Amino acid sequence: MKGLKNLFTALAAVILGLLAGAVLMWAIGANPIEGFSFLFRGGLMNVERIGNTLATATTLTLTGLAMAFAFRTGLFSIGASGQMLIGGLVATAIGLSLHLPKWEMLTLILLAAMLAGAIWGFIPGYLKARFNVHEVVSTIMLNWVAYWVVYYTIPAHFKANLETESARIPDYASLKVSWLTQFFHGSFINLGVFVAIACAVLTAIVLNKSVLGYELKAVGYSKTAAEFAGINVAKNMALSLGISGALAGLAGATFYVGYAVNMQIGVMPTQGMDAIAVALLGANSPLGVVLAAIFFGILHSGKGFMNAMTGIPPEIGDTIIAIIIYFAATSVLFTRLFDGLRARIRRRQ
Amino acid sequence: MDDYIVEMLNITKRFPGILANDDISIRLRKGEILALLGENGAGKSTLMSILFGLYKADSGTIRLRGKEAHVSNPNVANELGIGMVHQHFKLVHNFTVTENIILGLEPIKGLVVDLKSAARRIEELSETYGLNVDPYARIEDITVGMQQRVEILKMLYRNAEVLIFDEPTGVLTPQEIDDLMAIMRNLIAEGKSILLITHKLKEIKAIADRCTVIRRGKVIGTVEVADTDEARMAEMMVGRAVSFTVDKAPREPGAVVLEIDRLNVLSSRKTQAVKDLSLELRCGEILGIAGVDGNGQTELVEALTGLRKVQSGAIRLKGVDVTRATVRSRIRSGMAHIPEDRQSRGLVLDYSMEDNLVLEVYGLPPYSRAGFLDRKAIREHAGKLMEDFDVRAGEGSFAVARSLSGGNQQKAIVGREIDHDPDVLVAVQPTRGLDVGSIEYIHKRLVEQRDRGKAVLLVSLELDEIMDLSDRIAVISHGSIVGTVDPKSVTEAEIGLMMTGVGPSGVKKGVEK
Repeated sequence: MKGLKNLFTALAAVILGLLAGAVLMWAIGANPIEGFSFLFRGGLMNVERIGNTLATATTLTLTGLAMAFAFRTGLFSIGASGQMLIGGLVATAIGLSLHLPKWEMLTLILLAAMLAGAIWGFIPGYLKARFNVHEVVSTIMLNWVAYWVVYYTIPAHFKANLETESARIPDYASLKVSWLTQFFHGSFINLGVFVAIACAVLTAIVLNKSVLGYELKAVGYSKTAAEFAGINVAKNMALSLGISGALAGLAGATFYVGYAVNMQIGVMPTQGMDAIAVALLGANSPLGVVLAAIFFGILHSGKGFMNAMTGIPPEIGDTIIAIIIYFAATSVLFTRLFDGLRARIRRRQ
Repeated sequence: MDDYIVEMLNITKRFPGILANDDISIRLRKGEILALLGENGAGKSTLMSILFGLYKADSGTIRLRGKEAHVSNPNVANELGIGMVHQHFKLVHNFTVTENIILGLEPIKGLVVDLKSAARRIEELSETYGLNVDPYARIEDITVGMQQRVEILKMLYRNAEVLIFDEPTGVLTPQEIDDLMAIMRNLIAEGKSILLITHKLKEIKAIADRCTVIRRGKVIGTVEVADTDEARMAEMMVGRAVSFTVDKAPREPGAVVLEIDRLNVLSSRKTQAVKDLSLELRCGEILGIAGVDGNGQTELVEALTGLRKVQSGAIRLKGVDVTRATVRSRIRSGMAHIPEDRQSRGLVLDYSMEDNLVLEVYGLPPYSRAGFLDRKAIREHAGKLMEDFDVRAGEGSFAVARSLSGGNQQKAIVGREIDHDPDVLVAVQPTRGLDVGSIEYIHKRLVEQRDRGKAVLLVSLELDEIMDLSDRIAVISHGSIVGTVDPKSVTEAEIGLMMTGVGPSGVKKGVEK
């Protein structure tokens, strides 16, 4: 029942967001039906574009899972961007410094990125647990620490010709593999897509089936009751942010050594913030996050095509996302609508 | 023809999985006290919330002074002359009495709030009804009984004609209860009408004119209080005969199982809440801690169960020092805790009942193995406990704890804690807000623990409960034990006196040592 309600809420938010987008298109004198058809065709019309949509969704899934995990424990982490940067930096550094066979290399890169992200998440977790520093403040600050660490490290140690980006990631260190790229007709898709699916499954298992998940959720729902039950609230909060960071660190690896070909400085990855929307729309459930990430992936990869074909500015795509976030955030309205409809249906029966 | 001021006719209200009010009709005459009696979850609170505009009835009508009224929200209720004293007071603690009362309808004089004229009016009201409230006192400086009077003044200030009292005596001392009864009589004498929600039969007998009994959402009947007795009302409420006295064979207490040695504990506001407190709890006894709310009971219990840091002193459980042990290690060593606040401590409200019923043991077999929960075992456990302890929920073990009535939540907690088979059970207000049927049941289980040679530390604000159940009573005042007395040879008045801090030497008989 809860799942059905969440699905209803998410669909209502999406539909209203798309309707609002249609009104906007209409207001600037474009044809909304045409606009949407190109928006969705841009994300889905051929195998390559589907691959690109999935590649975009890969990173969003992982950051979305990171957010959802923290939210489920009652923590509002804003740190996915910084954790992505650190994970990506470590992945890039290893990729450019070591020379190992591809499979060993990728295993090492993923583990290292995960660990780096976990540390970046554990720091605010520890500060919260030990000194009651609010995680919103500390994660935002750490985002900028990561940003400047990248800003310094890449030009100092890993640049090629340009000051503003790292050298190109060699093939043996890239998550792109030829069979997958060829299967999707040369798209950006990479092995990260499997990492994301595996993480979604693992997160679902941890949250729903494990003792750890039971404790984390208990802390998230009620700190006082968790304390009463003898659950170490501080430890669980630190752990939760650590795990959330690990997921975001992996997202960094899939983005910087998978989707992209090198790491640029001076860019705060937007996937960290979009992840809040993904988690919100996905009702903090792993499956919901995957679906929401794919949907946002379609919008992201379709908006350029829509612009090219119709002259509708790509910002409309971003606006639709923003409006969907608003509707998802005010989901209590839809929940009430849902309950009201259900009651009416029941009464009629 | 009777002159009814409030009529609620054929009210029906349905919540998911439960029919809270099933065609309920009640009528309040002008100038009477009508008691609303019912078990927890019987639908009293729902009915009053409908009258006060917090809920909307699915069907049925409300008539005020003979005219149909639509009470869409509490503001409308206020305008129609309906006021409510909630079980938990809604006061701003660092505001004065006057400031609290005028909140929301501040009289303005020029650009400033006209506190003076408001205070004068409050003083007049206070005099008329014998409330004796100082309009300039700060809420945090006055007693709970006084705070309740402020709530009453709030209604009077808003010219309420119909006053709803929701379980008003739960937080009061015996003396304060007598005072409240006197105030209620004054209110009636001045032409007000009162709806009293309660499950205390003694109070109904003492003050109410008529009593409407509700069971499982239905009106069972309305009786003239003068013509009926407590046993009859209890039977109507529960649906069977109820025994009021606890059957308890005398029993010789055994070895000391919990030892509290010169314990000092700070409150959250860094005041000395527990002062040099020493106590011994023995196997096979129920030790009652009697006292007025806020005299260190909360801090004492939290220190005992590991939820609050101890400043100095020692706690020994079965001879082992646990002063600094974690909550979990105390649970594993045989301590269980029925917490004072079931909603914030006792349950994870958004968890299902089955998850809540393993709140302390989820990590142990058979409920989990190798880090993974065993749903089947958890579900079986929940089913058994809920049946044993008669926990009623719309969706059984899947029901979210939040959706259960207070009484059923409490029964679930009591069941869970007793199921741990603890050597020491710290039971705080175990029957707070419960109906006689559930109280009888929980009392029986507590005595059973004692008879099986386990120890129970009973902390309660209900003096009757302490007197009925305890083998010994320790009276607490200002964080210290004033004295320990034998319930068989002491009167309520004597304990009441000790609760104010008068030592056992001031109370002549019935004192050990």
